[in-house]
Amino acid sequence: MRWESWSQFWDMGGYGLYVWGSMAVTALCMGLEVWLARQAQRQALALACTEAEEAS
Amino acid sequence: MAIRWFYYAAPQNFYALAGRLWPWLAALATALGVAGLWVGFALAPEDAQQGEGYRIIFVHVPVSWMSMVIYLAMAFWSILGLTFNTRLSGMMTRALAPSGAMFTFLSLWTGALWGKPMWGTWWVWDARLTSELILFFLYLGYIALTSAIDDVRRADRAGALIAIVGAINVPIIYFSVKWWNTLHQGASVSLTRSPSMAQLMLWGMLLMALSFWVYTLAIVTYRVRSLILERERHTAWVQALPEVSGAKK
Amino acid sequence: MNIFFTVVWRDLRLAMRRKAEVLNSVFFFVVVAALFPLAIGPEPETLRHIGPGVLWVGALLATMLGLSRMFESDLRDGSLEHMLLSPHSLGLMVLGKITAHWLLCGVPLVILAPILGLQFDLSPQALSMLCLSLLLGTPVLSCVGAIGAALTLGVRGGGILISLLVLPLYVPVLVFGAGAVQALESGVGAQAHVSILLAMLLPALFFSPWACSVGLRIALE
Repeated sequence: MRWESWSQFWDMGGYGLYVWGSMAVTALCMGLEVWLARQAQRQALALACTEAEEAS
Repeated sequence: MAIRWFYYAAPQNFYALAGRLWPWLAALATALGVAGLWVGFALAPEDAQQGEGYRIIFVHVPVSWMSMVIYLAMAFWSILGLTFNTRLSGMMTRALAPSGAMFTFLSLWTGALWGKPMWGTWWVWDARLTSELILFFLYLGYIALTSAIDDVRRADRAGALIAIVGAINVPIIYFSVKWWNTLHQGASVSLTRSPSMAQLMLWGMLLMALSFWVYTLAIVTYRVRSLILERERHTAWVQALPEVSGAKK
Repeated sequence: MNIFFTVVWRDLRLAMRRKAEVLNSVFFFVVVAALFPLAIGPEPETLRHIGPGVLWVGALLATMLGLSRMFESDLRDGSLEHMLLSPHSLGLMVLGKITAHWLLCGVPLVILAPILGLQFDLSPQALSMLCLSLLLGTPVLSCVGAIGAALTLGVRGGGILISLLVLPLYVPVLVFGAGAVQALESGVGAQAHVSILLAMLLPALFFSPWACSVGLRIALE
């Protein structure tokens, strides 16, 4: 393990803002992408269900 | 072998396959990601010149690779779609585009955050960053075009053509930007890593790259399912699906 | 080959009846060239430096302005459908339309550029290289732009959409076109740039009509 303490880890040798800024935005974007994909699936299912109801 | 491919070219069969695949892909991506982050942040040493700041490459390089790989994949599906006139090819291309655009944006973002501490400015007209910016416009163009055309089949095929034309131009664009960059800046202000990377750094980067690749496969597979459902919702097989017919009151 | 000249002549005659549309792009070019010095300052040193770039960007934007009109009127009056159904080569007809577009939009830019270049205090050598680079580059702009025009036929938001589609593809032409003049001015010599412009022009002339035809069939099916 390279890091002696948590504060050292977050500080990243002074580059903390840049490293964590990158990681955070990446995680945020991917999380958003997953959430939007699940939304799309929910909407598609809802559309299909209304189609099925109309057909029956 | 040929029969198997054409079997899965039918949206109905691909929907079932995708449904079985994506959870495994997601799990694999997570595992690879955790391993990569562990190697990259807990084990890999600090860099001689860039200190701890170099660790951005553990996301910057994977997202840049994916942004290019996804565009190639879009071009591949587009060629397939225009040649064989399959519906699924258009859906695959459309499912790939948002991920590609996102990765391109992340590449620019992480590139800027890497450039600021290293080179002093948020943006450098480095050949690769500039090409990445133009790639971003290519993605936006595809998304704008396919969204603007109402007829789904026409939108798919128009998008396919622009994806192919764009793909052919990507090497030309990269070459011209590289030329422009070296002429105007002399010594290259590039964000490439020095070739001699510590073993652990390399391993971390490869694990992260693989993780992002598998993540992309997972999310695109998942997204295609929604597209299939949306477009094929009139068909009997969709209405017979347990998640659809089961929900009927 | 006959059909090519027929289409060129037809488009030119049609454009002559609607001169205002044609002059649009030219006027835009002149205005852009006048706006930049106003925004940046009249210092000759600076203007000489930015001149080729500004004029090239102006030419690029002026060409982009006229793209949506390439197939629009033919779509509206039904002649585009006739072109698609005719036994003649659609590629040749499209090449004819691209040529007509270039004659109406590109050539005036090539002619005007040296005059506007004087406003930027460019040397005679720079002016002639500017002319040459535009002469080689504007046909490529018309060719590539035609693909965008074909794909966005009748689509809402057409003008901006074409720009978004076509701008990334224009970047290499811009880089080598404006770069040629700068290379000449800096003493490096512009042979490489001119060769590359030629190398882009010839494939564009061959590839673009075919891609356009595919795009038109997609748009009109």
